[in-house]
Parts: sequence; structure tokens; C-alpha cells
Amino acid sequence: MKRAFPILAILTAILLSYGLYQALVVAPTEQTMGDVQRIFYYHVPSAWTAGVLFFINFVASIVYLARRNSKVDALALAAAEVGVVFCTIVLVTGPIWARPVWGIWWTWDMRLTLTLVLWLIYVSYLMLRRFSTSGQTPVIAAVLAIFGTLDMPLVYFSIWFFRTQHPQPVMGGGGSIDPRMLHAFFVNLIAFTCFGLLVCWSRYRLEVLRREVEELQALESLLELRSPR
Amino acid sequence: MSDAGSLTRSTLIKDLRLEWRSKDAINSMLFFALLVVVIFSFSFDPTAEESRRIAGGLIWVAFLFAAVVALNQTWARELRNQVLDAYRVSPAPANSLFLAKALGNFIFVSMLEALMTPLFIAFYNLRALGPAYQLIFVAVLGTWALVVNGTFFAAMSLRTRSREIMLPLLLFPITIPALLAMVEATSSILTGEFSAKFWIVLLAAYDVVFTIASLFLFDLVLHAE
Amino acid sequence: MTYLYAAYIATWVIHIAYLTSLLRRYSRLRNEINELREKH
Repeated sequence: MKRAFPILAILTAILLSYGLYQALVVAPTEQTMGDVQRIFYYHVPSAWTAGVLFFINFVASIVYLARRNSKVDALALAAAEVGVVFCTIVLVTGPIWARPVWGIWWTWDMRLTLTLVLWLIYVSYLMLRRFSTSGQTPVIAAVLAIFGTLDMPLVYFSIWFFRTQHPQPVMGGGGSIDPRMLHAFFVNLIAFTCFGLLVCWSRYRLEVLRREVEELQALESLLELRSPR
Repeated sequence: MSDAGSLTRSTLIKDLRLEWRSKDAINSMLFFALLVVVIFSFSFDPTAEESRRIAGGLIWVAFLFAAVVALNQTWARELRNQVLDAYRVSPAPANSLFLAKALGNFIFVSMLEALMTPLFIAFYNLRALGPAYQLIFVAVLGTWALVVNGTFFAAMSLRTRSREIMLPLLLFPITIPALLAMVEATSSILTGEFSAKFWIVLLAAYDVVFTIASLFLFDLVLHAE
Repeated sequence: MTYLYAAYIATWVIHIAYLTSLLRRYSRLRNEINELREKH
């Protein structure tokens, strides 16, 4: 598995470059919004990748509660952290896109607002991980992840209804899609998904290593207490 | 089943009695609630028509702050007296403890709300243009939404550094749909512009989902401390 | 369009910052492992 990593990394880098080329050069300019619309090719795939990663965290959390396997918990943590990174990108590119198109920085756009809430929930998840002094932090964090995921349908419906009562701009929609746009979109979608999974995998291995070192250090101090030099 | 019910009831009655005896906590929270109302009303012009539009949001933010103050000390007494360890080794279902705590918090926060509401009506010169009776549903369902998750997250935050700030940090993001529903429902009823029915149904759904989730998962959290 | 470039650059700045932090954490771990090895 570990040997596959450099190859996958290079492949992903190639895909990302191809995606960049597609997004900036090949895809045609959109009629109403102009070139700014090209942010779409980065904005939506990032949101998708964040969703995939948070789904991995959700599944890992449940599996952890069932099996109590430390590596599964490491995966949950890794997926959550990388997910937050991709979420941040969605929340940064969104307003940058909204400003020239709608004249306002923020809009209660469905995707943007869902991402904001997801970001908040998972940042609180990461804070719990960092601030918890319990020996059973993974259990508590897993429960929080489940709560967060249960929340999402409710968030969706609340935003949906809010938007029907208070009409808001819709970002990134409308009009027939040129097949070249679709192509650029899917290339970036796959590229960013691979990239996200690869970074998650790296973070996972880092976490596993970190825990091993921690255990060894704890063992060290125990041994030194027993037989001081 | 009746064992669990009677355990819940006895825990609840014990809690209420203890709270009533130590009136300090109640008094300080009441005063805090009053302060919140007053300070929030500085941003307000009671004669303006837009007041009714914003009032819903301000009221629920005020209730939220008051609720967090109450929730933060949910488990304080149990921690002080190592009661939680006793619960962990006893065969009593963890649910009963949770339900008793949540109900106690619900009663207490409702009391705070009942006291803050007339003040709000006075300061903001409120008068509902829509069906005012629906506000009761919003208040009950909304308060339970805050309290059920708040009690649960208070237990989750027990072993954390900066416990007091951890509770709102965890609670606020997850309560966003409920808060949106409470605020929008209240605004709809006050301005009379829209029907609050969808929001009330959403609040009910939220309450069902998270009450079940909390009852299911509290055992895990209790033993994780 | 400066907004377009701002968005793309921001994206990669965030990714590079995160990857850099991962690398830094990794090298710190490697140092700790070497320290542990030297003790034996």
C-alpha cells in the first residue's frame, strides 16, 4: 500500500493540472457571469470532496463505536481535519464568487450555508478532540459526529424553507450546460476527490505514527521510573 | 419500565428540591436574564415598526444565553459529589438520569423564559399580529430542543479543559436549524406575514430526532467519562 | 478577472499551508523517533 503512494500522488498532480487547464483554458466563458464563473470548477468539487470526507468520518465513527479499533478512530480524525480544510476552501471561494456576480459577499445560498454549518460542526468536533482530557475522547467525538450527521437533513430543510420565504440569490445554476463545461467540471471533481483522499490518507498515517510514538514515550517514562539511570 | 420511570421522577424531584433550597443559583440566573433583556433592548427602538421583525431573533438569542448559563451547571453537583461514579456502577439505566436532568433543565429554563417574556413585551412594545397561541408551541418545542442537546453536550464537556466554553461551542452549531426555526417562527407570528406551521413541525422533528439520539447514546457518554 | 485568480490562488494557498503543516508535524515526529532510538 505504501509504495503506491508516490505513484498515486503523481497521478493526482497530473489530474489536478489537467483540471486547471480545462477550467481556465478549454471551458468556454459563461454568458451571464463571464470568466468569474470558472470559480465553479473549484468551488463545487471542493464541496463534494468535503462531503465525501465527512461521510468517511461518519462511517468511521460508527465503526469505532462498534469495534473500538484505534486505527479507525485515527481515520475519523484525519477525515474530519482534511474535510474542514476543503470546507474552508468552499467558504472562501464562495464569497469571492458571489461578490462580483451579486454585489454581496455572502448569500444564504443552499450549498454555501450547508457548508458553513458543516464547517462549524466539524470545527467544534476538532476542538472537542483537542480540549478533551478524557481517556475516552474517541468515543465522545464519535458520538458528536453522529449528532452532527443527524443534524444535516434538518439543516437542509430549514435552509430550504428559509429560502422560500426570503428569496436569495442562487449561485452557480441556470442555463444549459455546454458539454465542455461538464467535462471540465468532472475532471476537477475526480481530481479533487483523489487529492482529498490522498491527503486524508497522509494525515491518517501521520496520526497512526503519532500515536505509536506517544505510546513509546509513555513506555519510556514508565521504564525510567522503574530503573532510573 | 416503571423502574426507569420512577427513577427519573425521583431524580427530578430531588434536583428540583435541591435547586429550590439553594436559591442563590436561581437568583443569579434570574438577574442575568434581566440584564440580557435590558442590554439587548438598547439596540432597539420600540416605536419603530421593524422592531417586530427583529424581535424574534433577539428574544431567542437572549433565551439561548440564559439557557447556556443554566446548562453549564447541570452536572456540577454530580461532579462535586462523585455521583456519576455511583451511577456508572449501578444497574440503573443511564437514560433515567439523563431524562431527569433534561426535564429539570427544561423546567428551569422555561421559568427563566416566562420571567423574561413580559420584560421583552414591555421593552420592545410587542404585540403579535399573527396567531399568538402558536408561540406556546414554539416556546415549548424550542426550549426542549435547546435543553435536550444542551444537557447531553454538558455531559460530553465534563472532562475538557475550559469546560464552560466547550458547551456553547458544541451546542451552537448543532442547534442552528432549531434556532433558525425558533427565530423564524417567532418573527412570522409577531409580524403575521407568514405561517409558522412549517417551522413548528420542523422543531417537533428536531426534538424527536435528538431526544431519541440522546437517550440512545447517553449511556456511551456516561461511561466515557 | 482578479476575482477568478484570487479564488484559485486562495485555494492553493490553503492546500499548501495545510500540507506544509503536515510535513512539519511529520519531521517533528521523525526527530522524536530518532531520539527514542538513540536512547537504546
